[in-house]
Amino acid sequence: MPQVLGALVRRYGRFDGCEDAVQEAGLAASVQWPVAGVPANPRGWLTTVAARRLIDQVRSERARRERESLPPEPPVDVPDTDDTLLLLLLCCHPALTAASQTALTLRAVGGLSTAEIARAFLVPEATMAARISRAKQRIRAAGSSFPPPVGAQREQRLRVVLHVLYLIFNEGYTASSGESLHRAELAAEAIRLARMVHRRLPDDGEVTGLLALMLLTHARRAARTTDGGDLVPLPEQDRSRWDASLITEGLALARASLGAPALGPYQLQAAIAATHADAASAAQTDWRQVYALYLILERIAPNPMVTVNRAVALAEVAGPAAGLALLAGLDGDERMRGHHRLLSVRGHLLEKAGQRAQAYAHYRDAARATASLAERRYLRSRAARLRPC
Amino acid sequence: MKFVISMLINPAVLESLTEEEMAAIGDGHSRFIAELKESGELIATQALVDPSQAAVVSVRNGQPVVTDGPYLESKEYLGGFYLLDVEDRARAIELAARIPDAAVEGLGVEVRQVMFADGVVEA
Repeated sequence: MPQVLGALVRRYGRFDGCEDAVQEAGLAASVQWPVAGVPANPRGWLTTVAARRLIDQVRSERARRERESLPPEPPVDVPDTDDTLLLLLLCCHPALTAASQTALTLRAVGGLSTAEIARAFLVPEATMAARISRAKQRIRAAGSSFPPPVGAQREQRLRVVLHVLYLIFNEGYTASSGESLHRAELAAEAIRLARMVHRRLPDDGEVTGLLALMLLTHARRAARTTDGGDLVPLPEQDRSRWDASLITEGLALARASLGAPALGPYQLQAAIAATHADAASAAQTDWRQVYALYLILERIAPNPMVTVNRAVALAEVAGPAAGLALLAGLDGDERMRGHHRLLSVRGHLLEKAGQRAQAYAHYRDAARATASLAERRYLRSRAARLRPC
Repeated sequence: MKFVISMLINPAVLESLTEEEMAAIGDGHSRFIAELKESGELIATQALVDPSQAAVVSVRNGQPVVTDGPYLESKEYLGGFYLLDVEDRARAIELAARIPDAAVEGLGVEVRQVMFADGVVEA
């Protein structure tokens, strides 16, 4: 269905009308195919029927509005090309917020229903429906942006597409209370879409890097939580529970992505995930390499969170005092004030340095600051082990 | 990200407002709700009855004990709330600043992220 929608939008613009037409074509197929049999070229059949519906729709609109001449008949021979990538680029229109880009991508490209997307994001269906319809209005107001973006604009838009896929993946990956099934499906959907983009653009290092990062992260899923839903940090995960085939595929992609001419943040994050995946145990992790990769990442995409992660790696290489000294540099950063991740990493390094009372206070403050229940339980358990008598 | 914006009411401040000012607050809320519905950011908003109608329930030795509210010995009480789904904290704060109550001297609105949610909330 996304391919059909993509083909129609590409030819006629009018995102809204095309979506209705494709849905009607799908309905027609569900009625006719069980009786008449599936046609030889299902996608072509759907595209033709949807195009006719669209024309009917345009016709009746025009008749009502202007009582004017009819648009020409659409060509019936529909080329069987895959326009899903174009549809993805349209959904990630810069006029939309990231939340709307995400919703529209899942709806139009992922083929998820509004109800499913609403469930995945834990908002009422009415809220999600309003967001999607608003997104479509904005795209229309911005001129539908077809023909598709070219040159530098296309490149820029592709970065947004990757970011949206990354957001969808994270939404699905982040452990949350309840509804966990839907969230897992969301991560799987993000991987499916990233695979699709990768098939179209196998030589783009960042596309390859993002797919590798997703696969290597997703591979750890089973080991990341206990049966009771508690978080298990990376060093304590049972690596035999990691998905070996995803790791193998992710490692190969991560290596391939580093061969690309330009280096971007997804490639580096994939390389870091690959370094962890390469180690037979947490103790055998090549922390020097992890540290070096974070150093490069910090240079090309500076971000206080990257600095926090670099401090963790530095502490493994040069001891907790060095890590704590690096974290001290973030104290003036407004973005990190009271941030639970900074507090918990500091707690972790203080614990390693043997400063139990301070570590306790930091874990306790971090537990208070996080918005994740699973993380709060984990941080409280860390604090409880250090509780002063 | 889901946020609750709580409207903390000080009855003395509320009573000092003119009728026009009260009407302006009401209109401001209607416009705010309409905009949030259009953007898809509104999940629900509920206004609560006057705290003089509130009851505080506590259980002592297995027996419920009901006393008059409000619960806390403070001037301000929760008058109502907005439950929103927004991009990030900055957006929640930006929206909170547009709630008419926030512009009234002596009143304010509080913004807090939702940590756990269950059940169905329809606006």
